[in-house]
Amino acid sequence: MNEWLYVLLFIVVGLIIPVGAIGVAWIISPKKPNPIKSETYECGIETVGDSWVQFKAQYYIFALVFLVFDVEAVFLFPWAVKLGQLGLYAVIEGIIFILILVAGLVYTWRKGMLEWA
Amino acid sequence: MNFWNDPLKTAADWLMGVFTGWGMNEVAAQVLIAFLGVLLLITLLMVLDIFLVWIERKVVARFQDRLGPNRVGPFGLIQPFADIVKLLIKEDFTPGGADKVVYNIAPMLSMMSVLILWAIVPLAPVILSVDLNVGLLYLIAAGAIGTLSIIMAGWASNNKFALIGAFRQVAVMVSFEVPMLATLLIPTILSGSMGLNGIVQAQNTWFVFIAPLAALIFLIAAIAELGRAPFDLSEGESELVSGYNIEYAGMKFGMFYAGELLHAFTFGGFWAILFFGGYRFFGLEQVSPFLAVAVMVFKAMIGYWIIMWIKYTMMRIRIDHMLAFNWKFLTPVAFVLLMVVALANALLAGTPTWLYVSGMFLSNVLVAWAAMEVARTVSRREREKVEGPKAVAEAHH
Repeated sequence: MNEWLYVLLFIVVGLIIPVGAIGVAWIISPKKPNPIKSETYECGIETVGDSWVQFKAQYYIFALVFLVFDVEAVFLFPWAVKLGQLGLYAVIEGIIFILILVAGLVYTWRKGMLEWA
Repeated sequence: MNFWNDPLKTAADWLMGVFTGWGMNEVAAQVLIAFLGVLLLITLLMVLDIFLVWIERKVVARFQDRLGPNRVGPFGLIQPFADIVKLLIKEDFTPGGADKVVYNIAPMLSMMSVLILWAIVPLAPVILSVDLNVGLLYLIAAGAIGTLSIIMAGWASNNKFALIGAFRQVAVMVSFEVPMLATLLIPTILSGSMGLNGIVQAQNTWFVFIAPLAALIFLIAAIAELGRAPFDLSEGESELVSGYNIEYAGMKFGMFYAGELLHAFTFGGFWAILFFGGYRFFGLEQVSPFLAVAVMVFKAMIGYWIIMWIKYTMMRIRIDHMLAFNWKFLTPVAFVLLMVVALANALLAGTPTWLYVSGMFLSNVLVAWAAMEVARTVSRREREKVEGPKAVAEAHH
């Protein structure tokens, strides 16, 4: 049987369990909503304004830096798997590749983008 | 071939006979058997999860010099079941301002992202669901679903605290995934395999002896991924009330909570698989697959215990310190270590085992020492900038 079919089964069963648990709770639990109860809780004090607002761009920068390294993983994993058979030449080439990546990190660092402003 | 040597195959063959005896199509029977197997594993995991709640509460109580739950049943063992009943009969509640669909999907995704990780966990040489040849990439991909569920929960709650908690958690998760990727590459280099079973089989010497620093960095990154203390900013009770799950109650909150505990246990298991030989323990796994499962669960428990130990002894770190720690220290160290390990592995290839292991071990220690020295020098210079050279010099005497 195909390996990925097992993964699909895991996703299906992995969804059935929480859906089942929440479903049972939904069936047997009391439902007495009222306008005050369904207000946003936050810290107990009445909420001021909407929370779907524009937010700190700093998080976005970190996500961008992360993206570079995440894409690199796709290239580095095959290199790592075959490293045993490839010898020193491939190792040096891989190191050069990683150094180019790290240069990106150093650039971000020098630009001051890693500071929390 | 009998049940004690290969329980999964024996059971599958027997069920196959039963189902085809009922006149069922062979392919359908195979899918049904696989479905039953997955259902069994996940049910066992959920039962284990219930006891993890008990273990967690007992252990944190001991750390804080308390007794923990001890009233309901012997040693309070029935307590988690009472908790489940309480969660089930709590009012099912969706806040008025929330995005109803996303709000309700998030806890389910959170639980699922943990459960699907067990698809690739090798419990014994013959007891594993599927030995994906891209296992480590799958591990990272499944982790991304957990991140997604957190940002969904935080955004859909329509609550500023939840949103801030979710932002922080996602920032931490994506940041610490980078050193985690680098350290996942190291077992791959050492074993020449991305499948977890291949990695376990290659560990005639546990990888923790070959790459101790990688094991340490993986543990730190895993704790950050889990969002546990000292990296539990998303929950920072004193500032954000409860983080991304403030608006959740009843079973929906229960799913986040249970998911978090099982996630920690799962990463204890991955730590054991990648660096502590997984189900292998001095040939014990050859005796019986059941012993191998016991070894695997025991090692995962130890990993889980270490994660708990760190959680209850460390203070929470501020978000800017944490991201700086990751990007300015952990990530460079992890990549330098990756290069050093790749180079040392190539240079030491073909040498006797004792020379190989001690050479690799020493290279790791060297990288760790150099990293600490650089960090010390830099932080000293920073301190001198703030306090003046004299104060620092005096503090050192």
